[in-house]
Amino acid sequence: MRVQLSHPERSVDIKGPKKAKDVLRELNLVQEAHLVIRGDELITEDELLKDDDLVEIRPVISGG
Amino acid sequence: MNCTKCKTKAVIDLPRHNAAFCTPCFTTYVHHQVLYAIKHQRMFGPDDRILVAVSGGKDSLALWDILLKRGYRADALYVDLGIPGYSAKSRAKVERFADTVARPHGATLQIHTVQEEEGKGIKELANLVHRPTCATCGTIKRYQFNKAAVEQEYDVMATGHNLDDEASRLLGNVLHWQDEYLDKQSPILPASVEGFAKKVKPLYRLSERELAAYALLNKIDYIVEECPMAKGSKMLLYKEVLNRLETESPGTKHRFYWGFLEKQTQAQPASTSMTEKDQALLHPCKTCGQPTTGEICSYCKMMARAKVSK
Repeated sequence: MRVQLSHPERSVDIKGPKKAKDVLRELNLVQEAHLVIRGDELITEDELLKDDDLVEIRPVISGG
Repeated sequence: MNCTKCKTKAVIDLPRHNAAFCTPCFTTYVHHQVLYAIKHQRMFGPDDRILVAVSGGKDSLALWDILLKRGYRADALYVDLGIPGYSAKSRAKVERFADTVARPHGATLQIHTVQEEEGKGIKELANLVHRPTCATCGTIKRYQFNKAAVEQEYDVMATGHNLDDEASRLLGNVLHWQDEYLDKQSPILPASVEGFAKKVKPLYRLSERELAAYALLNKIDYIVEECPMAKGSKMLLYKEVLNRLETESPGTKHRFYWGFLEKQTQAQPASTSMTEKDQALLHPCKTCGQPTTGEICSYCKMMARAKVSK
């Protein structure tokens, strides 16, 4: 699957099927600091992501 | 995973509450957390006029959205700092929200442009006065938001500070034992002296992840991009550390910050001690009249130095 990341903007390919929480773990990202979005839908961490899914992992932390 | 309340498919899980929600139930949860904060901390009433400090980010736009949808009289102020490649984008997000969401509720947006008012952008001002950009930004925003709220007689000024902002700031203050700053960590700062607006933080019970989810699910178009000036800031490091702890031990952040608030209230009501201290320490700035500990406030000092360095 193609995964879109920010800060800096880039995309990576990850082999599916995989649960959202395992994709985060593979990228060394913590759930508490990110949203996982499939297409334009927010999904929970137990959702299974497939090879043809377009995924955005959006950081939620700002400078404060 | 299904919604804890209505059992339909969930879109977000909240480990700290051992819950998951669908979009409508999550929106209700967020609104209830804000309403609880407003009531529990006695922030403002239904007839009060509120000035929301907006930046184009998820937190302040979510706050404005929630207040308007709950029937509060909330206008907003945006301070355009003139950050190259960033301010124009964030300003466009705020203006779009004001046109599409706020105006139909009868709310207005005001814009203060630093370049127009002070003759220079934030980066140039920071260089001229030899201060870090984030510190200069903080001084300008605090000054302009307070000034607008006082001059236009708003009952209260509201900011989008969330649980992560407050917990990370508390961690920073505790790590360096800056106990003189702990009083100011309350979600409500009273109008302790003339010239100070009452300030409230209605989002202190909600995490950044929850607010980003709220913005996304409610189609609030916010600036995802990080401010280029915030790179390498200590606050980001503290937030990262707290989020690692939160992921391993859900609830850490709210137990840390809410626990602090509880202990502070037990020791002495924060508003009483703060009002007494402020009244003893503060007096009007000789240049602009806003409260300050010195003869001239830090904003006026900064602007004077900027003029000399022209």
